Amino acid sequence: MDFVSENADLFVDAFLATLGLSLLAGLLALALGTLLAAMRVSPVPPLRGLATFYVETFRNTPLTVVFFFIIFGLPQIDFVIGFFPGAVLSVGLYTAAFVCEAVRSGINAVAAGQAEAARALGLTFGQSLREVVLPQAFRTVVPPLGNVLIAMVKNTSIAAGFSVSELSSLLPRLVNADAGDLTLVLVGVVVGYMVITLPSALAVNRIERRVAILR
Amino acid sequence: MSAPVLFDLPGPRARRRIRLATAVGALLVAALVVLVLVRLAGNGQLEAQRWAVLFDPASQVPQALGQALLRTLQVALIGMVLATLLGLLLAVGRLSEHHWVRVVVSTVIEFFRAVPLLVLIFALFFLLPKFGIRLTAFWALVGGLVLYNGAVLGEIFRAGILSVDRGQREAAYGLGMRKTQVMTLVLLPQATRRMLPVLIAQLVVLLKDTSLGFIISFPELLRGARGLVEFFTLQFGNQYTFQLYVAAAVVYIVINLLLSWLARYAEGRTRRSAKTAATTPAELPADVQMGGGGGAVPAGR
Repeated sequence: MDFVSENADLFVDAFLATLGLSLLAGLLALALGTLLAAMRVSPVPPLRGLATFYVETFRNTPLTVVFFFIIFGLPQIDFVIGFFPGAVLSVGLYTAAFVCEAVRSGINAVAAGQAEAARALGLTFGQSLREVVLPQAFRTVVPPLGNVLIAMVKNTSIAAGFSVSELSSLLPRLVNADAGDLTLVLVGVVVGYMVITLPSALAVNRIERRVAILR
Repeated sequence: MSAPVLFDLPGPRARRRIRLATAVGALLVAALVVLVLVRLAGNGQLEAQRWAVLFDPASQVPQALGQALLRTLQVALIGMVLATLLGLLLAVGRLSEHHWVRVVVSTVIEFFRAVPLLVLIFALFFLLPKFGIRLTAFWALVGGLVLYNGAVLGEIFRAGILSVDRGQREAAYGLGMRKTQVMTLVLLPQATRRMLPVLIAQLVVLLKDTSLGFIISFPELLRGARGLVEFFTLQFGNQYTFQLYVAAAVVYIVINLLLSWLARYAEGRTRRSAKTAATTPAELPADVQMGGGGGAVPAGR
């Protein structure tokens, strides 16, 4: 039990790093992803093109490569960024592409009559999107959006490769230090992730039931 | 989206506004691009000679990147084949009539889907040696990819098998086939055909995830580029760093775009093909295009 008490701080710090990384990157991804989705359905062609370009690029680039560019590439153009903010930015930018696709599928699922009615009432594009379409779209995409965010929590593990001391980084660190029971480390790391993902999945289910709309 | 639903076909005034927005948008993007280019040029990153090294066989760079790419593709291919086999096995196990088989297989699937891929790879690479099993970086990477993607594909195949029209199964039993025959001769062929686009999409995910090999020092594409960078840095300082990483990223994007198009093509063909008519639309497990941990929505059209 010495091993547990000796490394408890390490575990708590790592867990908090993973949690913080997930929360910040999740917020960034949601905001940017929704903006991208709005751009993809907007009447302005270059905005559509730009958002499509963004989504296709990020969806087809490994997250590891995104990390690379943020952490080692940005300094090349004189933007120096710390490891943790860099990780937030990488995970957030990458996940935004998937959030965009989720939200867009939701927008496409909203009955055409809703948007037509909004237009008939004289609402502008921005108004009909904000007041009529997006609220309904978000209600339909709660489960896929939840999946994207839960996958994102697991993807934060890649930050371990880039000097962020989050949960996954404990494995190589404690193994190299040759400290104590390694199975325990693995169990600890896995449980750490589940402490974040399982309640999230439950919350997603609950939100889904609450906001589901008949269609 | 067919006809735009969210906005009317723009009239003269709206067209003027759109043109204005286009100009402003284009200006903003151009300004951003110029800013990046100026900064890059300021650091001398745009000199032709720095980019030429990527295409100059005498520098050994194209060869080294090519070999790294081959290793990446090798991992992805072996991983895909093994993961498909494991996935089929898990899917059949999860549909088993024996309660205990279902419970065991479901637990296995849920476990491997819940754990981040990198943690699986770390476990294979760092922990197994403590129990006397030493895996090379190659097999740790392949092993992690197979376990994770096998579990994901298992769910995909299960959905595919369940989506085959019930009459097919009933007719097969009616003809006197045994359980194994029904599965291998009737259900799996139809399910596989239907699952082909998802399988190809999963290959994109797997290919992207091979870049995790970087973290355990397996010389795949990203690590290969990194290796070249380190080599050149010794000789010339870091003047080729940026170019090499850009090259690696471009290779990933091009390959994955090609695969995505292939998946879309396969999907179009499957839809037209009469042989897949006997399926009902299945609830696919959330697509996994994010890689490394599962669960994203199927891409829009």
